[in-house]
Amino acid sequence: MAHEVVADMAANVWKVLVSEGANVEAGETLVILESMKMEIPIDADVAGLVTSVGVEEGGSVQEGDVIAVIAVVE
Amino acid sequence: MDTQPDADVNKVADEKLQAARLGGPEKYRQRQLDSGKLLVRDRLERLLDPGFRVEDGLLARFEQGLPGDAVVTVIGKIAGRTVCVIANDFTVKAGTWGHKTFEKITRMQDVALEIGAPLIYLIDSAGARIDEQFESYAGRRAWGNIFFNLVKLSGKVPQLCALFGPSPAGSAYVPALCDLIVMVEGQSTAYIGSPRMAEMATGEKVTLEEMGGARMHSTTSGLGDVLVPDEVEALAVLRRYLEFMPSSWQGDPPVVAARPPAPHRPIAEIVPERENLAFNMHELVAAIVDEGSFLEMKALWARELITGFARIEGRGVGVLANNSRIKAGVLFPDSSDKAARFVWLCNAFGIPLLFLQDIPGFMVGSAVEKQGIIRHGAKMLFAVCEATVPRIAVMVRKAYGGGYLAMSGSPTAPSAVLALPTARPALMGPAAAINAIHAKRLEAMADLDERRRFVMEKQSEYSAEVDVFQVASDNSVEAVVPGDELRAELASRFEIYCRRPAGRQERRNGVYPV
Repeated sequence: MAHEVVADMAANVWKVLVSEGANVEAGETLVILESMKMEIPIDADVAGLVTSVGVEEGGSVQEGDVIAVIAVVE
Repeated sequence: MDTQPDADVNKVADEKLQAARLGGPEKYRQRQLDSGKLLVRDRLERLLDPGFRVEDGLLARFEQGLPGDAVVTVIGKIAGRTVCVIANDFTVKAGTWGHKTFEKITRMQDVALEIGAPLIYLIDSAGARIDEQFESYAGRRAWGNIFFNLVKLSGKVPQLCALFGPSPAGSAYVPALCDLIVMVEGQSTAYIGSPRMAEMATGEKVTLEEMGGARMHSTTSGLGDVLVPDEVEALAVLRRYLEFMPSSWQGDPPVVAARPPAPHRPIAEIVPERENLAFNMHELVAAIVDEGSFLEMKALWARELITGFARIEGRGVGVLANNSRIKAGVLFPDSSDKAARFVWLCNAFGIPLLFLQDIPGFMVGSAVEKQGIIRHGAKMLFAVCEATVPRIAVMVRKAYGGGYLAMSGSPTAPSAVLALPTARPALMGPAAAINAIHAKRLEAMADLDERRRFVMEKQSEYSAEVDVFQVASDNSVEAVVPGDELRAELASRFEIYCRRPAGRQERRNGVYPV
């Protein structure tokens, strides 16, 4: 099952820590956003295989944008 | 001439009273149990202290086969204090409201107000009984009186509700008008129109759980205050919440025996000095308050602001704390709403307020402007400025701009503002400030390295100015308090400030920005 990790607020993309094909644990930080001068780590809420990363460093996201898609390991 | 008492009538009375206490027919009682729900009288036994019961209208409509007209109205005790309870009986006509139901409910509402006791609604009802609508809908004495009374009682006696079943259409306003709404996961629902009605009206296809389920209301709509796994836990939450409340607005909230906080790391370790690093605000709250006393409200909704009741040296306080781990701790429309509602609740019942500030400000951008961030932020500011209970704000870290004011900053006349050594009070953060102050000059700098050097230099100058000791030197805060002295300082100050009688408003009502 594909699980989408979504931005919960508008922000700049500061660091991207995973790439497509990576296996991640639940709670592992995927991306660090920066908004209102705060670092906002975006963690995987499920374990699985990262099938796509929708952001790049220096870019920006709006609330609701997909940051990454994780294929959940059953 | 004396008449002999009729032995048969007494026997009949006993039988009828006993039968009425059972509620609806056996098959509906079994169905209630099979669906994992408690019978109404079992709920009451778990909610109330044993023994003391004063019940009204047990035999209402018994002769028509509707014992109590599907509702139990009873006065009992919780932790020795008198409480009034209105509890639907789903085994009688699905707990629907008939004309005696509404009479019994409104009567108990009046009694609660007259005797100054909290009122608890245990809701499990399919709504108004449609075949009785003509005698109980449109007139001056009709179902709508229930909502009218909820509003009349609001802020005078605590009104608590646990939602144990559906709460459709108009009856959804009963929980909505209560101070506290506890919802049971997978069981409680509240909605204006059912999925079937929605499909008829608009073509939308949606499940009941998505439309008005407990989880949806606790995470998305913000209607639910506490989400619990089962009914027993819901009843326990009602009892716990009541420990923080006075019986009426004229009474004092109960003070209990003090307990030290749970074992914790030093506050200097919990709060990072680097202001752009998120930290666990719940850990800081736990380090300040009596162990096990924190009862969080709306924990799953607008989580960037934590709200809840706790005790400091046995005294109940309402806590509002910015949570940097969620949405950077920034105030959004929903979190502003959550704050305003919580402040109104605490102020109504004389519960002092503690603000833990780590606030980068209100959110910026066109998305939140369209959602009315100004309106909602103004509502929060209004509630805080208007609150007359003792208020203490603690600058934990960031205390920027309008967010600082809304979090009970000094200009809003709190009892005190304290600062931890990590406090960073300013109109805005260093980077935003330097960009704003030197915008023209920065634009004119072609050399990027030169621009970066200039920004760094100005930012560090600015940072030095927002130093906590500058603010203390300006006498803008009452005290700078080392982290590990914070709890003791708060306890002493709340004790002092609670001596002051709460003020009263002298106007009809403010013109609330909502």
